[in-house]
Amino acid sequence: MSSRKSLSGDFFITGDVACAEGAISAGCRFFAGYPITPATEIAERMSERQPEIGGTYIQMEDEIASMNAILGASWAGVKAMTATSGPGFSLMMENLGLGVMLETPCVLVNVQRAGPSTGLPTLAGQGDMMQARWGSHGHYSIIALCPDSPQEMYQLAIKAFDLSEKYRTPVLIMADEVVGHMSEKVTIPPPEEIKTLPRRKPAVPPEKYLPYVPDADLVPPMANAGEGYHFHVTGLTHDERGYPLMTAEAQDKLIRRLVNKIDKNQDDIIMLKEDWLDDAEVVVCSYGISARIGKFAVERARAEGIKAGMLRLITAWPFPENRIRQLSKKVKAFIVPEINCGQIALEVERCSSGRASTILVPHMGGGVHQPHTIIEAIRKALK
Amino acid sequence: MTQEYSAGRYYPGELLREDRMPHIWCPGCGMGSILHGFLNGLHQSGLPLDKVAIVSGIGCAGRVAGYVKLDSFHTTHGRAIPFATGLKLANPELKVIVFSGDGDLVSIGGNHFIHAARRNMDLTVILVNNFTYGMTGGQFGPTTPLDARTATSRYGSYEPTFNVPNLAEASGAVYIARWTALHLRQMEQSFTEALHKKGFSLVEVISPCPTLYGRMNRQPRGLDQMKYYQQNSIIQHGADTRTVGIELNGKITVGKFIDIERPAYTDIKTRVYEKAFAPKPAAPAKTTAEASSK
Amino acid sequence: MKREEIILGGFGGQGIILAGSIVGKAAAIFNGQNSTLTQDYGPEARGGACRAQVVVSDSPVSYPYVENPSVLVVMSQEAYEKYAAGAKQDVPLLIDEDLVKLKKDEKHPVFPIPATRFARELGREAVANIVMVGFLAAISSIVPAEAMKKSVLSSVPKGTEELNTKAFERGYNYGKEQLAAGKR
Repeated sequence: MSSRKSLSGDFFITGDVACAEGAISAGCRFFAGYPITPATEIAERMSERQPEIGGTYIQMEDEIASMNAILGASWAGVKAMTATSGPGFSLMMENLGLGVMLETPCVLVNVQRAGPSTGLPTLAGQGDMMQARWGSHGHYSIIALCPDSPQEMYQLAIKAFDLSEKYRTPVLIMADEVVGHMSEKVTIPPPEEIKTLPRRKPAVPPEKYLPYVPDADLVPPMANAGEGYHFHVTGLTHDERGYPLMTAEAQDKLIRRLVNKIDKNQDDIIMLKEDWLDDAEVVVCSYGISARIGKFAVERARAEGIKAGMLRLITAWPFPENRIRQLSKKVKAFIVPEINCGQIALEVERCSSGRASTILVPHMGGGVHQPHTIIEAIRKALK
Repeated sequence: MTQEYSAGRYYPGELLREDRMPHIWCPGCGMGSILHGFLNGLHQSGLPLDKVAIVSGIGCAGRVAGYVKLDSFHTTHGRAIPFATGLKLANPELKVIVFSGDGDLVSIGGNHFIHAARRNMDLTVILVNNFTYGMTGGQFGPTTPLDARTATSRYGSYEPTFNVPNLAEASGAVYIARWTALHLRQMEQSFTEALHKKGFSLVEVISPCPTLYGRMNRQPRGLDQMKYYQQNSIIQHGADTRTVGIELNGKITVGKFIDIERPAYTDIKTRVYEKAFAPKPAAPAKTTAEASSK
Repeated sequence: MKREEIILGGFGGQGIILAGSIVGKAAAIFNGQNSTLTQDYGPEARGGACRAQVVVSDSPVSYPYVENPSVLVVMSQEAYEKYAAGAKQDVPLLIDEDLVKLKKDEKHPVFPIPATRFARELGREAVANIVMVGFLAAISSIVPAEAMKKSVLSSVPKGTEELNTKAFERGYNYGKEQLAAGKR
């Protein structure tokens, strides 16, 4: 076995492999997972690569354990990730909530397949988008990114770690089977060109440290276990000391901050890719593989002389409410192709509030849209 | 046991988070004694406290993490062990202790328990067994003796039980001891030993729950349950774990049952990686015949 | 925008996906083109139907699936029956002649090669896919042969370069001979 500390150059690799490499470039040195199609290749790559770079790969007994293990690893000060698909994602929801409540940086990849239940294990779906938003109980805000290519699997893995450290929250990478399994050229820069965000450490000595006193951006600095801070953290509603406090007032203060630290920083978090929006009368709004098909449809429509534009959601959560609101004042319609029966379309409809119409182009899963279904929706919207 | 400790016998008060007192445990509960015994055992272990972390799940015993002034994590129900696994593997310098109850560790967390033991993960697990789900009001669980009455077994429990030491041994634990809340000195000693044992160590402590379990099973005061332990405990070091199951109001076999050597998870992993990454010996030179055949 | 689409079909275990990956990589890494590889596979790793779709373009590829293939490469009867009928009649059809029995009224220009037999003669049936890649490099000009060859060498396991080079060349030379002879 040759020892490769870091890779750089051009590679023709799958999205899953690129995702693992992106995580490694971001400094991920702990991976816990459980085999599941179509995310298994991420675990396989990590099992080979983590030992080469002095990191940890552990195959846990299930996805519940995997999610917990990455939380534990993060509290030991190590950047940690897990990867799964629908059934495992469901099992991870319980402790995604713990990650949110303890404010634990970590990255969770969902290479979506078609569900519900075992569904179509080897075929594409995008049916977990609302689960990504609301899957754990209670009210919280979350960050979810949607790569549309192997190159973006690489880049968003790095971005996900940065966001997770910056906002002290689990970050979800909501990929799909097509993007996970397809191969394309992926450029990995030399390690010295990759900049990543370090953990925000306490500026006060241990005796003065309180785990949940936030900075101005509502995010508290984080001590790691073993550094002498002797802190306590709990999944119960807690005060700034990290101590349980069972009152409506404590709940109000905590939950407002957990939600606001994401929602109020959404200009910093949200990434969009916009094409031909300047004069667009109809906008295809989509994400992941569906956005690629959508863009293809927009290219065809433009070739026909139709004023179509493309809005690709690189960030799905927090939802880009403001941009949709702005656009809804000037366009006739949004076309939303997605591999489900309408999830992100509901958000688009909510934000456009009747100013522009929202046309869902659903796909039940097991494949991607035929481009003509989207083109027809574009034509119809302009009639 | 003739192990000697340089530190004094009793733990210093600052190991407790005094600003969190009074605690939530009921009068007569065993948790106070057990926490006291644990802190003495930890103190006597001489471990550097900056490098000790406690992980608890949910339940009465799970509240320990909140009262101890160490890096301490109060996680979700049943999930303390996998959380602790991540913590330990990501920073092997840490001594990671899992402190939780029977329902948390062998019911909802049962799968994690057996797999951590199978891996021989370097964790010390302290399992407080009060035969019931206390925090939710005294329902039966996987350790509730047959025929015991609980909030959800009004006519007597009809589910066979887990024999925790036997489950742990079969799964691969390298250190297993059991005491009751009455056996303070012995418990302390076992905690210290378990903390120094590399691999998956388990100390089960049988603990009174007079408020719920005791009240419904004719031991309504903590003292009644302590008397029961006093009269029915049999110290039997090295006992065959198949024989240590507990029946309703029956004998309780206590002692150190298992103390064996088996490579810990990280030791085996290191061995495999070292072999895989060892520099390959240079390929033998080609023979003349092979070289000339080109 | 020049967009070329290639379908490679066969059954699991033949290395169809690897062959597709070699073609895609040849284009993207060794010839400065844009390319995508998508794959269909069932739950079975071996024996089941298997298809690789490669799209090669001089501009970024949005839609990574084949709409109108430029060339078909089939190494099983099932793949032939599934994909040949759907393609335009002038699309070249490359087949492993021992594994595919053509319909009497086959209209595609057919390029047959006993790829698996050649591979067996070279000592390992497993390199039949590389013979086929060499054959494709000879028949089709979508990706230059030099880039294809580099891609083969960078994709196969260490220690098998020599065998795979031979396999590639066997397929390539056979293809060039066929073209020179004007044979179908």
